[in-house]
Amino acid sequence: MATTKEIKRRIRGINSTRQITKAMELVSTAKLRKARRQLESSRPYYRTVIESIQNVLEHVRINHPYLVRREVKKTLLIVITSDRGLAGGYNSNITDLAEAMILKDPAAYEVIVIGDKARERLKKFPVEIIKAYRGFPETIEFEQARKISELAMERYRTAEVDRVVLLFTRFDSTLQYTAMDYEVLPFQAAETSEKPKLRTLVNFEPDADTVLDNLIPLYAAISLYGALIEAVASEQASRRTAMEAATDNADEMIEDLSVSYNRARQAAITSEITEIVSGANALE
Amino acid sequence: MFRLKVVTPQRVFFEAAVKTLVIRGIEGDLAVMKGTTPLLTPTKISVATLHLEDGTRKLAAVGRGYIAVEKNGATLVTESAEWPEDIDVARAEAAKKRAESYLNTQSEDIDYERARIALLKAINRINVAGKK
Repeated sequence: MATTKEIKRRIRGINSTRQITKAMELVSTAKLRKARRQLESSRPYYRTVIESIQNVLEHVRINHPYLVRREVKKTLLIVITSDRGLAGGYNSNITDLAEAMILKDPAAYEVIVIGDKARERLKKFPVEIIKAYRGFPETIEFEQARKISELAMERYRTAEVDRVVLLFTRFDSTLQYTAMDYEVLPFQAAETSEKPKLRTLVNFEPDADTVLDNLIPLYAAISLYGALIEAVASEQASRRTAMEAATDNADEMIEDLSVSYNRARQAAITSEITEIVSGANALE
Repeated sequence: MFRLKVVTPQRVFFEAAVKTLVIRGIEGDLAVMKGTTPLLTPTKISVATLHLEDGTRKLAAVGRGYIAVEKNGATLVTESAEWPEDIDVARAEAAKKRAESYLNTQSEDIDYERARIALLKAINRINVAGKK
């Protein structure tokens, strides 16, 4: 049986780990609240942009380069993870997804990675990483999303890639988040079951082509922005859950160890008493 | 009177009835009023002027985006929108200087288009802040 001293040292060790996990849990809770607020307030924008583009598409059937499906020779993956770990399965779910896609045919993909975790994992594969970003703050600025999406648009426009796919974690609830892929380009009109709205005649100024030229890059930027916000919220939620579980485990271990400690201490006392008693008996 | 909604990635910036909205479209300035023909056009970095129901006038610095005018109202979707009183002039001045110095440097590493847009934005914000 372990000595009381050893057990005491272990309890102390676990306790200090517990303090860290507890602190991380609290920090994540606060950050999650902030991320959720950002997520909720940016949804109206996202919806409006999509609606407007759908609206334009209802009116025109043109062979706009952003709409035409080319034969897919190369796909650009934008993989969104975090810089730091200790977030449960958050990062590995995304990188598993990316890996499964890439391993089929590494030559058919190129990657933009966001977050150190994706870079660390994907650099082991024979796939070209055209750009790696890190150090994103908790509050995502639209400008950052725009910058990255412009790079993707550029690759698409020059036909370096024929498809742009986002890999990110969608935030469903504080306990539920899904690693998913989302095809940004070519733009696809959502298949709505409802009948198209009554067509009003809309003027496009100067013409539908130019309007789409402007709208689709905006759509790409907002898609990425949305994905980043979803990802940040998911990361915090995932970290919070992981840290909560770690704290609970630490509590359980401390409890078990305390029992062993008390038992060991009691055993030591008992044996000491036995020794004294038998010593006294011997003297008589 | 028509219903105007201004949305940015962060929030719904403005939503109320207005008399007129004047904004710079890609083809030039345009005024939207009740009964304006449905229209969809990209907009530029500019100062939007809103004439409110009570006769007052409000200015806002807006970024790139587009405006959709429909029968029942208009929606301005923009990457950024700010009231003059919310603009940090010192920050805008600093951004302006930074953008200018980028534009004056010859280097392969500089994205001149981005610097140009940053400069336009900074100037626009300074203009609006000065007009409050």
